[in-house]
Amino acid sequence: MTQLKSIQETEEEITDEFSFFDNWQDKYEYLIELGKKLNDYPESERNDDNKVKGCQSSVWLTTTGSNGTIDFKADSDSTIVKGLIALLVRVLSGRTPDEILNAKLDFIDKIGLKQHLAQTRANGLAAMIKQMKMYALAYKAKQQN
Amino acid sequence: MQDTLIKKIFDVDEVRRDFPILNREIDGKPLVYLDNAATSQKPVSVINAISDYYSRYNANIHRGVYSISMEASAAYENARISVKEFINAASEREIIFTRGTTEAINLVAYSYGLQNVNEGSEVIVSELEHHANIVPWQVLCQNRKAHLKVIPVNEKGELVIEEYKKLLSDKTAIVAVSHISNSLGTINPVKEIVRLAKAKNPKIAVLIDGAQAIHHTHVDVRDIGADFYAFSGHKMYGPMGIGVLYGRESLLEAMPPYQTGGDMISRVSFEGTTYNELPMKFEAGTPNVEGAVGLNAAIDYINSIGFGAIEEQEKMLLDHATEEILKIDGIRIIGTSQNKASVLSFVVNGLNALDIGIMLDTHGVAVRTGQHCTEPLMDKLCLPGTVRASFAFYNTKEEVDVFIKALKKVIDILK
Repeated sequence: MTQLKSIQETEEEITDEFSFFDNWQDKYEYLIELGKKLNDYPESERNDDNKVKGCQSSVWLTTTGSNGTIDFKADSDSTIVKGLIALLVRVLSGRTPDEILNAKLDFIDKIGLKQHLAQTRANGLAAMIKQMKMYALAYKAKQQN
Repeated sequence: MQDTLIKKIFDVDEVRRDFPILNREIDGKPLVYLDNAATSQKPVSVINAISDYYSRYNANIHRGVYSISMEASAAYENARISVKEFINAASEREIIFTRGTTEAINLVAYSYGLQNVNEGSEVIVSELEHHANIVPWQVLCQNRKAHLKVIPVNEKGELVIEEYKKLLSDKTAIVAVSHISNSLGTINPVKEIVRLAKAKNPKIAVLIDGAQAIHHTHVDVRDIGADFYAFSGHKMYGPMGIGVLYGRESLLEAMPPYQTGGDMISRVSFEGTTYNELPMKFEAGTPNVEGAVGLNAAIDYINSIGFGAIEEQEKMLLDHATEEILKIDGIRIIGTSQNKASVLSFVVNGLNALDIGIMLDTHGVAVRTGQHCTEPLMDKLCLPGTVRASFAFYNTKEEVDVFIKALKKVIDILK
């Protein structure tokens, strides 16, 4: 099994990938591509309990924890948001709760998406990150008990 | 004399030169601004009027005895006279400046509403309403143990007037409906809505939310016959933060103040306070003078173009866009009334509105996506949201073509 890259390394990898694109259209088309490739999320998990509500798109998020790390699985009715999910899952899945809680996720800023997406509540990006960190916090609390 | 008889020819290229923002580029592409139902762009005359106010005669109004204060007071009150003439109100005492439509509706809900809506009373709104014309009434009804009644819409997005007739009752205190729907563009038969309410009981107060109508068509409040008519400056090429509540003078006279403070009083002592006359009674605190000055310039601008030319251009844009968009596979237009303002709301089979909006922006095309602050309407239509393109007279047929071409590309990428 190949060694999992660190959060830092993965973020740098993503920043590099996006540096190939010099306009928004190409950046978004890449996100759409990533969104389309995101693995099928089980229909049964698309329920209100797993829903993270954005103003204009819905996100479903589930987690599984094993051996002290957390795996994320998520879906959205927006392909662009699914692309963002794919990036977040790539960075945060398989990490320990502390790694997730401490992740700065500044790649979102570096690839220029923060300015474009995080300023509007439309896409639910902030809500999604918050929810992922909440899961990490809850998992950590459970471990300590 | 002869000059006034010559109809001014509408030239969209000439008109566009009045709006500096229309020269902007987004990611190297010309801005195609099709979110006019959210806010309109401002002509240079409005921008200059505001700049001139701050450059030459900024002062607090109504109390100053020096020249620039008197100039500012005169400019503020002249704006009121312009508004009165623009909507054909009977007197400038019927024109209350507010922050916008939302504040105007809240003013009526709190002042008139708390005074006239009692336990068991009914307030009628419609399924088409913007949240701003739902929530104030909902809160009022909760406060007063009154009931909110809702006029349904049909599949075309039109109000079902037969159902409205059934809702009118001896308990109806207020009817509050929009002149034009912000989500779908439907033009409601407001004159008929007022007539039916008054026929049931002349004491029913009718408020028309005119936020989406004031810039599309000539509004004559006395012809419509409503007791209250609310609108915002920023939708009519004027500045943000200024709006108008028109109210029938006899009703405004009997209503208590909505907010209290300076300028709205006649005499203050610790034993008690007497209130100022209309319209100042409803304008507590230092008002938005720059807003009023800008609004006045916007009214002048609209008058210089004329509603005839505005309606003609906007109808051409809507008809062209509707025709072209229907050629695209999988498009469904939401809101198909024959009586429609230049709003084109639609969904694309299997695609998310947010994705379409984000991708259209990469082509320089600005549209609105989502629920348009009309969540109950979207629930009724079983839609998570729509894409909405809304046109103003300064938009061109070529811009509609850019939008349609971009939309086709976006659909191809997302499918």
